Amino acid sequence: MKKNRLLFLLPYLLWIGLFVIAPLVLILGYSLTDAHSHLTLQNFAAFFSGGTFLRMMANSFWYALLITFFCLLVSYPAALALTRLKNQQFWLMLIILPTWINLLLKAYAFIGIFSRSGMVNQFLGLFGIGPVGIMFTDFAFIFVATYIEIPFMVMPIYNSLKEIDPALLSASSDLGASFWQTFRYVIWPLSWPGVESGIQAIFIPSLSLFMLTRLIGGNRVITLGTAVEEYFLTTMNWNMGATIGVILIALMLIVMLLTSRKQHKKEIEL
Amino acid sequence: MKKILSAALAILLVSLGLYLGAQQLDSSSGGSASSKKDLIIYNWGDYIDPDLITKFEKQTGYHVIYETFDSNEAMYTKIKQGGTAYDLAVPSDYMITKLRRDNLLDKIDTSRLSNFKYIGKEFLHKSFDEKNEYSVPYFWGTLGIVYNDRYVKKGEIKSWNDLWKKKYQGQILLVDSARDIMGMSLVSMGYSMNDTNSAHLKVAKAKLDKIGKNVKAIVADELKMYMVQNEAWIGVTYSGEAVTMMDQDSHIHYVVPAQGSNLWFDNIVIPKTCKNKEAAYKFINFMLEPKNAAQNAEYIGYSTPNTAAQKLLPKSVREDKQFYPPMSTVKNLEVYRDLPSSKVQEYNDLFLEFKMYARN
Repeated sequence: MKKNRLLFLLPYLLWIGLFVIAPLVLILGYSLTDAHSHLTLQNFAAFFSGGTFLRMMANSFWYALLITFFCLLVSYPAALALTRLKNQQFWLMLIILPTWINLLLKAYAFIGIFSRSGMVNQFLGLFGIGPVGIMFTDFAFIFVATYIEIPFMVMPIYNSLKEIDPALLSASSDLGASFWQTFRYVIWPLSWPGVESGIQAIFIPSLSLFMLTRLIGGNRVITLGTAVEEYFLTTMNWNMGATIGVILIALMLIVMLLTSRKQHKKEIEL
Repeated sequence: MKKILSAALAILLVSLGLYLGAQQLDSSSGGSASSKKDLIIYNWGDYIDPDLITKFEKQTGYHVIYETFDSNEAMYTKIKQGGTAYDLAVPSDYMITKLRRDNLLDKIDTSRLSNFKYIGKEFLHKSFDEKNEYSVPYFWGTLGIVYNDRYVKKGEIKSWNDLWKKKYQGQILLVDSARDIMGMSLVSMGYSMNDTNSAHLKVAKAKLDKIGKNVKAIVADELKMYMVQNEAWIGVTYSGEAVTMMDQDSHIHYVVPAQGSNLWFDNIVIPKTCKNKEAAYKFINFMLEPKNAAQNAEYIGYSTPNTAAQKLLPKSVREDKQFYPPMSTVKNLEVYRDLPSSKVQEYNDLFLEFKMYARN
């Protein structure tokens, strides 16, 4: 039996080793060497000494934060409403459906919607508001990014809400708690694991959305993803590109630590 | 468990079917089997008049297999792999330098090409192939300014410096390329587009920062679409792209500033993978035939380096200063030299910084 289990574990271990551990080691290796494979910390020094990179990091962080915030703002009520609906599977499917469409296609669709002769401007035109430049603004970028990420936030929140025992909610209202009190002290803390994984699933990719920054943001929004693309594809300076990758991983770890620590605090409060 | 197994099996079967189908399609559309009568051409998509291929086949009896790529880099990788025996390819100038350096090209003996004499002198002996041993010019073009005459008076923009004018605030689209945009700034101050002096580059970047307010966006291929949709008044891009825009919107015009600009080439080369040299030479010579070159130039809309062909073009095209600029401008045009990687990095870093701070 034990041998069997090891056998079953083998593909998984191979996968993890080849496609998770090895790339991470490679990235770290590249970031710690120069073009002639000599060990150096020069790349990190360059990152933290130049104002450009630090500002880009701050930019990335800020936009990712905004995108995550708006996602949460839309997704949580949506997930909560979903749990009260009749044909939940059907509604859930409608939310997941857009993820079946290629990301690039969705971005191009938004170019059509936001352009000067697009739907939004035609609608505004009905009220005599002349064509407004929506493309290439912060609004357009955050809107599209939020739209694209919403399904990945709704799903985990919905799942964690579904797991809450309905008896707990009944008990809460039996004991005289108002809807808001039930929400604050029962639903929100119990659904936190879903919110947490939603935040992680969105914040981290949002740090390096380089395709949208060009297509929708017109390179007026520059994030670390833009820099990674430049270093790997244009200038072939893999060492610096890998350094930015390592810093993105570090940022991600910080976010994970921050979000999971909050949970413990809540538990003590209760 | 049974359900999962049968589902997995079904997926596997469908994938297998699709794979076999794809194989079938591949083999029926030519593919890797090459015989003495085949000529495999590797070119950009829609970059030749298909009638010319038919004509060549009829004239010589060779069977042409035409495969396409969408970027120089993709082409480079396939030629390097050597899986397909490409007899001819059409890379751009800088890629010719790279292919040469990596020993992926065969020499071309121009004495075997009776029509080589028609190529204009100003298009020969360029830095990527000083002795014309490896490549034959196919089309050429420039970097320039497109504008929409609905918003910008015709002839109002003549030089690069016009783009810095306050009245174009938020109306300019730039192509997302460090070499081109830094080059634009350099040339506007009288420096070379191949300048490697760090001080000059810094000054060029500082000048670029001043255009920041006028820049609406820095985009790639979408620039064409935005210009046609009237999203912006002005764009900085290549003549090849301009042709496409002007076909779709007669209000769009193209200018090459007389101060100078980039001159780019797409040239025919014979890669090391070539199996049918005889046919390759015949095809190059066929395309250099003035009548054929003119027909091709009319179909594609790019500028031909074939001076005899140019004379055969309709007067409106031949005298179009947008695509056949006067000699006084042509002599100021520069081909990009292949810079050392540290300089490429410097160009790109400065450009990235410009993009970062351009918004205010």
